[in-house]
Amino acid sequence: MADPPLTAALASLNALAGGLFLLTAFAIVATRQTRGCLQLFIVQSLLLAASAFILGAEYQSLHLVAVGAVNLISKPIVIPWILRRTLSAEVYARREIDQVLNIPTSLLIALALAVLAYFLTLPVLSAVAPQFRSANVPIGLAGLLLGAYTLAVRREAVPMLVGILAMENGAFFAGIALSRDLPLIVELAIASDGLVLVFVTGVLVRAIQQRIGSTRVGELVSLREQVPGAGATSTEEAA
Amino acid sequence: MTLPAMLLLPLLAAVLSAVPRMRFVAPGVTVVSSVAVLSLASATALRVASGTTVFALRGVLSVDGLSALIVWLVSLVGTTAAVYSSGYMARTCAARPRRLGLYYANYNLFVFAMLAIPMVVEPTLVWIFVELTTLSSALLVSFENTQEALEAAWKYVGLSLMGAAIALLGFLVLFSALQAAGGEPYTWEGLVKAAPRMPPALLKAAFVLIIVGLGTKVGLVPLHTWLPDAHSQAPSPVCALLSGIETTSVLYVILRLLPMLDAALLPEMRDWVVIFGLISVGVAAFLILQVRDYKRLFAFSTVEHMGIILVAAGLASQAAHYGAMYQILSHTVTKSFCFFAAGAAVLTVTTRNIAAVRGLVRRSPAAAASLLLAGLAIAGAPPLAVFLSEFLILKAGIYEGRYVVVGLLTLFIAIAFFGVLLHINRMVFGRPSSETFQAQALGSHATAAAISDTLPRSCELILLVAGALVIVLGVYLPGPLHELLRLASDTLHR
Repeated sequence: MADPPLTAALASLNALAGGLFLLTAFAIVATRQTRGCLQLFIVQSLLLAASAFILGAEYQSLHLVAVGAVNLISKPIVIPWILRRTLSAEVYARREIDQVLNIPTSLLIALALAVLAYFLTLPVLSAVAPQFRSANVPIGLAGLLLGAYTLAVRREAVPMLVGILAMENGAFFAGIALSRDLPLIVELAIASDGLVLVFVTGVLVRAIQQRIGSTRVGELVSLREQVPGAGATSTEEAA
Repeated sequence: MTLPAMLLLPLLAAVLSAVPRMRFVAPGVTVVSSVAVLSLASATALRVASGTTVFALRGVLSVDGLSALIVWLVSLVGTTAAVYSSGYMARTCAARPRRLGLYYANYNLFVFAMLAIPMVVEPTLVWIFVELTTLSSALLVSFENTQEALEAAWKYVGLSLMGAAIALLGFLVLFSALQAAGGEPYTWEGLVKAAPRMPPALLKAAFVLIIVGLGTKVGLVPLHTWLPDAHSQAPSPVCALLSGIETTSVLYVILRLLPMLDAALLPEMRDWVVIFGLISVGVAAFLILQVRDYKRLFAFSTVEHMGIILVAAGLASQAAHYGAMYQILSHTVTKSFCFFAAGAAVLTVTTRNIAAVRGLVRRSPAAAASLLLAGLAIAGAPPLAVFLSEFLILKAGIYEGRYVVVGLLTLFIAIAFFGVLLHINRMVFGRPSSETFQAQALGSHATAAAISDTLPRSCELILLVAGALVIVLGVYLPGPLHELLRLASDTLHR
């Protein structure tokens, strides 16, 4: 534990990073541009790394610093690079005019989710030892819920992918406060898993774009119980 | 060193299949490696059944009763599906042989991930392998590259990864609960030992997050919506893996948490498991009645069976847990056979539309006979394995005095039984009308070019082998297998 004034300063710095983290989660819900979504995700990952560094300094944990470093390299640098390699630039230039819900409604629901996250984490926070009680836990859960919400209301593939990645960021944001000494091999594996995730989804989105000519995956609704044609695929497929 | 070998073989096969020039040997390499893994897994299962825990690295790779059962089932379906693939994919993918390398590389990677889940004992590493099953099978689901297949793959990836993120938070909370209790390593065994000292709020939160997150991947209602899509659009041998064993190997992770609830004296959480399971069984039973695609029929039946296993595991008695393990065994063997039979039907009639298939018995007796056996077996007709396991579960429920649970379960199973056999009976014995011929002509599948009334040799072989297994397991359970099930059921409670 560092000396008291420094600890207090680090704690408020961490609270600042947490506040900004939550703000980016809201912004991802509200942003129409695909490129903007991706940039917000990068900012969010930087804030996650910052919080890991701050907590690492506060508790003198080399392990948290390593987590921050892994995040700093994989998410803001490698993931956008993989996406650029797998998807065409045209995908980024897209704007999403019509979400499932309009943006003010979306933000209201997002706000409700954040409040819900705060109340849901109260019993957990009262159960853990004092040094683990941190704003990271409710903010992380809020980030997780907002990511899931993004995934639910978006129709464009890349913003949906950003939603998934933002969920993982949220889980980690809570995780760095709760479980500080997770083996480093696990952290590395989770980070590389994120890269594989982006690669596989990128390949899938490219296939969808080539086949259907659009990345508006939210509009793919042919597989429903009401439609009898699930077996009636196009015949030219075999050619 | 059998455990690392079992993991290295599929990895090696995946690498070999991915090499462009090797794609002609990829089917052979896959079959050889999966047969080798099956024999190693059988040897391991025999050793475990005789009472030893097999481990490669204590605290990292280790196999007990429950793990050995899952490992053996993964390698079994991995082998039958590999042999089946060699004929099935050669015929359906004849126009695009280059894609076969991609298929087998992903196939082996997928089997590798499923083998690793039960062997690894550190929960967060298990989470990574669960994630890897999603990522390696995503491109298998989209393999046929039709609009429907791509849509199914996207839904599958989206929902599974969403669930995985929730489960990740659950595992991190679980880790903090373990740290609060102190002193035990982060392994399944350490968690059970530390459970009495964990703060109950943390344990409950972790359990809820994990069962919701991984429940998505198991296909538990209400987050099951991706399952019938993915499990019907993938090539049939992949469906056999997805439906037969992937869901079960993820359910295994949830089952691993149950003894912690007993140790931490939280019996009411077990009731929630039962309720969660019952909802899945009920919803799936009614959805089975209204399907129009026979691969979706079997997919919904997977949702139903996952629910049954969860209900049985959620009950308190040893007998119910034995039933749950027996159900895992019978479901895996039967469901993989169902999709092999469905694949044979797809090859014969080139459509997945139930209404378009009438009187299959006149068109292709082999496909019709296997489809009929599959329908009877999965619905739970008397002398077959699923009937026995469901009977054991219901009996255990009655002994425990859980009459409402047993009543609802019986009702839902009966509805599903009726639904499955209604559709299958029409397909096999129904009178073909002019309308169906029209539908057949229109409703052709990606395999239209390969239309033929004879099945590939390897598919016939697997239909015979898997069908024989379905029948034999109904009347005879070998001693070591019984012992394995008993040991596995001990892992579900304290």
